[in-house]
Amino acid sequence: MPETTAKPWGETKFVGKPIPRVDGYERVSGTAEYPSDVVLPNMLHAAILRCPHGQAQVKRVDLAKAREMPGVRAVLSDADKEAQIPWYAPPGSPGSTGSPTASRLFDPHCRFEGEEIAAVAAETPQQAWDAVRAIRAEYNVLPSVVDMEEALKPGAPAVQESGNRWGAPRETKRGDVAQGFAEADVVLEETYRTSCEIHTPSEIHGSVVRWDGDHLTVWDTNQGPFGIQAPLAAAMSLPLSKVRVISHYMGGGFGSKLNLGKYTVIAAVLARKTGRPVRLFLTREESFRAVGNRPAHIMKLKAGVKKDGTLTALQLTGLGEVGAYPAGTSVGYQVGDLYRCPNVLISESQAFINAGPNRAFRAPGFPQCSWALEQMMDALAEKIGMDPVEFRIKNYSAVCQMQQNKPYTSAGLRECLTEGARAFNWKDARLRSKGSGPWVRGVGVAAGMWGSQSGPPSTVRVSLYPDGSASLNMGAADLGTGTKTVMALVVAEELGVPLDRIQIENADTGTTEFTRPSGGSKTVFADSPAVRSAALEVKARVLEMAAAQLKLPVTDLAFQEGAIVAQGGTRKLAVRELTQLRAQQVVVGVGVRGPDPVDKVVRPFVAQFAEVEVNIRTGETRVLRLVAAHDSGRVMDLLTYRSQVIGGLTMGIGFALTERRIMDAVTGKMANANCHDYKIPTAKDVPADKTVIPIDLHDTECNTTGTKGIGEPATIPTAAAIANAFYHATGIRITAAPITPANVLTLLEERRKRG
Amino acid sequence: MRKSIRERESRTGLSRRRFFNSVASGAAEAAILTVPGAVAAEAAVGQAADGNMVKTVLDINGRSHSLSVEPRWTLLYVLRDRLGLMGTKASCERGECGACTVLIDGAARYACMTLAVEATGAEITTVEGLMRGEELGPVQQAFVEEDAFQCGHCTSGQVVSVEALLRKTPQPSIEQIREGVSGNVCRCGAYANIFRAVQKAAELRKGGR
Repeated sequence: MPETTAKPWGETKFVGKPIPRVDGYERVSGTAEYPSDVVLPNMLHAAILRCPHGQAQVKRVDLAKAREMPGVRAVLSDADKEAQIPWYAPPGSPGSTGSPTASRLFDPHCRFEGEEIAAVAAETPQQAWDAVRAIRAEYNVLPSVVDMEEALKPGAPAVQESGNRWGAPRETKRGDVAQGFAEADVVLEETYRTSCEIHTPSEIHGSVVRWDGDHLTVWDTNQGPFGIQAPLAAAMSLPLSKVRVISHYMGGGFGSKLNLGKYTVIAAVLARKTGRPVRLFLTREESFRAVGNRPAHIMKLKAGVKKDGTLTALQLTGLGEVGAYPAGTSVGYQVGDLYRCPNVLISESQAFINAGPNRAFRAPGFPQCSWALEQMMDALAEKIGMDPVEFRIKNYSAVCQMQQNKPYTSAGLRECLTEGARAFNWKDARLRSKGSGPWVRGVGVAAGMWGSQSGPPSTVRVSLYPDGSASLNMGAADLGTGTKTVMALVVAEELGVPLDRIQIENADTGTTEFTRPSGGSKTVFADSPAVRSAALEVKARVLEMAAAQLKLPVTDLAFQEGAIVAQGGTRKLAVRELTQLRAQQVVVGVGVRGPDPVDKVVRPFVAQFAEVEVNIRTGETRVLRLVAAHDSGRVMDLLTYRSQVIGGLTMGIGFALTERRIMDAVTGKMANANCHDYKIPTAKDVPADKTVIPIDLHDTECNTTGTKGIGEPATIPTAAAIANAFYHATGIRITAAPITPANVLTLLEERRKRG
Repeated sequence: MRKSIRERESRTGLSRRRFFNSVASGAAEAAILTVPGAVAAEAAVGQAADGNMVKTVLDINGRSHSLSVEPRWTLLYVLRDRLGLMGTKASCERGECGACTVLIDGAARYACMTLAVEATGAEITTVEGLMRGEELGPVQQAFVEEDAFQCGHCTSGQVVSVEALLRKTPQPSIEQIREGVSGNVCRCGAYANIFRAVQKAAELRKGGR
């Protein structure tokens, strides 16, 4: 049955209810086996020597002493022919970012602190590290640059030979901004900055690898095994069929585990060299430097508005840091799309610096953009004397301006703003006394949208057994977002099989079918329609069997709660009574994801509200409560939906208040590559008061499950809402994230001096 | 409720002090006896690299395990890589995140910051030890019901910290809950649900679960 012909659900029995995870038991009992828990017989442990300088040419690597160390079974460096694997290289090659920049696994030109130089495999992890410490490497230390504005100045140390500016500035243009600014009653201009944020998932990046002849099996912590399989096969010169990647559980990724890591390839080469399985997991310090980040951005934003609140022009000039190797970064999208504006000019540049390359990080570019755009919207509203919520309602765009004004399949930003404001008690909260100090209170709002990825391809299998139980076979990983639970709910909804009778096999390239990795909030949106399609096919086959058995036309039969009911309910046949199913033992439905709509655009929308208090003596900022109203289409599992939003809000608090990579300008090293100095929100930094409001406009056009994705929207406007609340509390516009006590005290002092 | 060194010595027959005497000699010995555990372990590395393993007995989840360890091995490494108790998770391995939290004599401790030999003679409880056979313990059950996690990788540590909290403070306030899990980082950001799960766990425990 083609997926696109499935009718939208009416009343649902399973979907949309708050249902605990199908793998909750495993995750809380300690029995879930994460890749870092995999132990294989005869397994070796590997560790990597990394460049200790901001930029250096490796002159010599002396492995002699390391080779002799106790327990060492193999060493690997650029001197080995097996290590001549291209990286950060031309399109089609492993690690490819589509750029002509060539590098290799252990490239002697190290462009950031933490680049790989050599590796060791030994009997124990302690012995591997002893041997790494015994490697004698000599470096020609080169000047480095770790600030993107410095990197673009004439005479700056070269990060890449082709120059520190990556590519020409990219422009998006609509109308004429000069004319727009001329028509405006108020024109504001401000430069906003965000800091580099590190993913820091709990389970650190790594793999366990094993060769069986020329067949490579990898247990890897990633966001989808099919995103790892193809580049790994290319790196090892193997066909796809000889590379099996398994990632049943994984301990968080947030975008940093979409890519093949050098560690996986290093482990595979060491395993081939030694003829033994190899385990290679990074340390926390390594993960701070070498496996991605949300790049810092500088955003100059100019905006024009009429007294009645009509936007006339938006102009964004953005500069983003990409790290030492090409890794795209862009922040402009929401400036061009979220609010109705006839005249828009977006110009974005990217600079290389001597630091680890960025990777996708939960809504790449969007929280940065919100930090600028949503603070600007607040400032404009104040200038023209409009309520910030009203101002946004007046200006939100009901069509996709970035795609020739195509309509959206559903667009609930107005509802997000109004329902969110109601739940937050916005009007009263704004009028409440701010307090006389040292703690002062304020409230803020920010809106946002996410540029969803496309749905296909995805292929899923659902099987029904003669005892009425079922299995679900899908390629998607469950990042802790509840993927397995949500997909099982779809099977339950269609086939009436209770969750505890559904076996799930997922995220294994050896046993499941292709789907793209989980990024872009696309998993439920891409895969749940394929699951539904597979379940509907099972249902169709079962009805055919029943029709033959009952000698009734198929059209007279319905599948209800795991049984076949003849029209009028006069006859009922349980699945176990189907003789044909008993004869063949299984009925398999294969489902594929149908195409996305062509003439409409799918986008989730969000409005978030924050209340903060700021201590004007110490500079501390505390978030007191948050309300998040989301139009992400249908809610599949209310429990995991809420959890994703709560998690996104927490991450937004970190982006707003504490998280910042600090690079030392003299040495080019990261100064805070640990969780003490790089501060992730803890239980003491977040409010217990977080309200999640799902807005479901019953989107029947986005796909057959009516879902649009929630993971990323959840964190897009959070920091901006906090910044706007900070302004409301203090009267100070804080343009540079994060809002640290030191920043706050400096700004308070400046205001005192100005009088 | 930590037992005194003397009590432990009598239970196991091997004290920390005597252990270090047994592996160190000469000048190193004086240094080892006056420095904290981590530094002492560093000094003992040379001994162990020559195959100098020491015998120890660890009391884990009510079972006694006799094994030979290198003095520098952390309790975390021994639990996971030597005893196969993979419920205790390795993450930062430098005492910053709490993923490896276990109970040592009833108190929440980072297994990555505890040498295996330091834990000799103490009662060690891991997340596996909080199960009631195949059934989830009350804290674990509450975590499932309140969805107090996402990826689940920090969850073992969270669960163990909450167990320690509730043993000491059966009806904690929200501030006591925050304090109780403040040493456990959850990057997925499930704290608001964790707070609710702790309250639910307190109820379940009161009800005799």
